[in-house]
Amino acid sequence: MIVLNGEPADVPAGETVAAVIARLGLSAEARGVAVAVDGEVVPRGGWDSYALPEDARVEVLTAMQGG
Amino acid sequence: MADTLSATAADPLTIAGRTMSSRLLLGTGGFPSLDLLADAIAASASELVTVALRRVDVAGGGSAGRGSLIEVLADAGVELLPNTAGCHTARDAVITAQMAREAFATNWVKLEVIGDEDTLLPDAPELLRAAEQLLDEGFVVLPYTTDDPVLARRLADLGCAAVMPLGSPIGSGMGIRNPYNISLIREAVDVPVVLDAGVGTASDVTLAMELGCDAVMVASAISRAEDPVAMARAMRAGVQAGRLASQAGRIPRRHYATASTPEQGLAEF
Repeated sequence: MIVLNGEPADVPAGETVAAVIARLGLSAEARGVAVAVDGEVVPRGGWDSYALPEDARVEVLTAMQGG
Repeated sequence: MADTLSATAADPLTIAGRTMSSRLLLGTGGFPSLDLLADAIAASASELVTVALRRVDVAGGGSAGRGSLIEVLADAGVELLPNTAGCHTARDAVITAQMAREAFATNWVKLEVIGDEDTLLPDAPELLRAAEQLLDEGFVVLPYTTDDPVLARRLADLGCAAVMPLGSPIGSGMGIRNPYNISLIREAVDVPVVLDAGVGTASDVTLAMELGCDAVMVASAISRAEDPVAMARAMRAGVQAGRLASQAGRIPRRHYATASTPEQGLAEF
């Protein structure tokens, strides 16, 4: 089971990071968005090719007011 | 206002090779609306503002509201200073900084590693560890630190581009609790000193500048004021007043009065 932003998600292993971004309604060009899988940052250029492993913990973060 | 503005224009702040005419850094946290944030940025004349990273709301899909924060900041023409607020370990702070570099296309980071939930005071060993790693990875690191001159010197010696000592705990509005330490930090490091956290009102930022700070970072004191835009204007003026005063050379403090009107020629009746 893939965990997306702390919640179990109905996302099959093998799906790409780009597909997850699309599921969230975000554009691949969206500014202010970053992705980490299992504690490692996935650079934007790798979103299309990065296939999520089983039980991947995916964090999709975006800009928020703070500091 | 024009006179003080021209004075600061000739007195730029430089951090890591980036030159700014404003010595007021603005935090974006706590503004009740993006419109007020935009107006406060304009009123503050700040050129460098912080931004945080948080999870995209999975249930709500990609939130347009959050996306537009980036639009507002881009429209304001400011540079972004991503922070690592909320991180409690060097590891979390480093990953957050790496994600911020991806998200915002900047290698600048305001490094925060928190060690205590009640006071939000920095965790010094974790802060040093995170700073060292991020500097190794080519980040421009601006660490939020305590008002300890020794820790500030350690951070500067590692290669941090500035140090950001607290005046008092984040959001407390208690002002500068230990002015002596802030002036010691100014003496202890060669990089810019940016007073961060604890500011409550304009006199606090003026004092910071009078103590020799190169800049001041303000968030809650503006964003949570009854009138954030008016307070942004006040902070801008306060920074300018303090900067000018620090360069003007104040008179020494004396225990007794020194007459400002000469005794000579005093009439006798």
